[in-house]
Amino acid sequence: MATTEEIRSGLADIVNEIAGVPAEDVQMDKSFTEDLDIDSLSMVEVVVAAEEKFGVKIPDDEVKNLTTVGDAVAFIERAGS
Amino acid sequence: MTGQIRGPVGSTQAGILGVGAYRPVRVVSNDEICERIDSSDEWIRTRTGITSRRFAGEEETVVSMSVAASEKALAQAGITPDQVGCILIATVTHLYQTPSAAAEVAHKIGATPAAAFDISAACAGFCYGLALASDMVRGGSSRYVLVVGVERLSDITDAFDRSTAFIFADGAGAALVGPSDTPGIGPVVWGSDGSQLDLIRQEESWEDAFRREDGPAWPHLRMEGNPVFRWASYEMAKVAQQALDAAGVTAEDLDVFVPHQANMRITDAMARAMGLPETVAVARDIAEQGNTSAASVPLALERMLETGQAKSGDLALFIGFGAGLVYAAQVARVP
Repeated sequence: MATTEEIRSGLADIVNEIAGVPAEDVQMDKSFTEDLDIDSLSMVEVVVAAEEKFGVKIPDDEVKNLTTVGDAVAFIERAGS
Repeated sequence: MTGQIRGPVGSTQAGILGVGAYRPVRVVSNDEICERIDSSDEWIRTRTGITSRRFAGEEETVVSMSVAASEKALAQAGITPDQVGCILIATVTHLYQTPSAAAEVAHKIGATPAAAFDISAACAGFCYGLALASDMVRGGSSRYVLVVGVERLSDITDAFDRSTAFIFADGAGAALVGPSDTPGIGPVVWGSDGSQLDLIRQEESWEDAFRREDGPAWPHLRMEGNPVFRWASYEMAKVAQQALDAAGVTAEDLDVFVPHQANMRITDAMARAMGLPETVAVARDIAEQGNTSAASVPLALERMLETGQAKSGDLALFIGFGAGLVYAAQVARVP
């Protein structure tokens, strides 16, 4: 099982690849929309890539609750455990 | 048992012999769309890649646009209307339950008594029609089949709906399918998923809208953007790959990729998910045409031919997907 930091770092790589946001900006307290300027369609792409990378399922209904990077990391940790 | 019936005799292979398009005259900017919704040119461009679209005027009907596109496809193919054995019209905006648009178009272009019927397969309509046409030519029911995708989506779009008003548009595209010496249209990969009926739909039936207690209303098209984006980008990338496999080619063999012009972001995500090589020219007609549902694939192909991005003999991959949900994809040679 990946550590919290490994998940954050993996997510940062995904966000970088999809939205061109520098990976070092993707920190736990950052909001996807407010701070990282990820729109709803890019968020769908991030979710699909995260599902593949971490082997978890993130339902559509859940995505709207993932406001910050920390929310997403916590969800992936729970879903993967 | 006496007498034996003669079976139908078709051509060994079928191909696309001509393509034609009709784009409505009136260009509608994002700024004009934003007069009715709280949005901006920049927001629409970044979310959809659409900079402008065409809306049909009163005279630019489903039938008249189909006639214009059909005549161009016939001219390119060098086939006269009387040679056409069947006309298939894919549309969801011919607002008559009956008769079909196809019968009227057949008459207007002088193709009588060609067989004629409409197809309801939403944004997959053209690819559905192409599959049927190919099978008809090979099966012997028609030697030449005219496939038209046509929409006046502005008629069923809610101009005040912030999630769809900027997407949908109008236009027509046609392809003439006939016998070919070599395989010109690969096997279709198609299907439906009615469990996701609600993702893109007319909000209520004409009957319910007409009989509303507070007076007759006009039912509009509604769409759940994010789930559709996900389905279209990822599930359709798999279908596109299946169509390549079915035709026995790889993405590296392709010259052009012509997906339904749903949203530039879907096109980009699908191309990424497919691992499409950069050498493949990708249709981006949506930028100036909007999402024209059944018309988008032939319209996009026509623009690529006009601009030299595609040329005769190129290997193309078509994929259509939309309300139903339904989808269809096939590899074909550009005429």
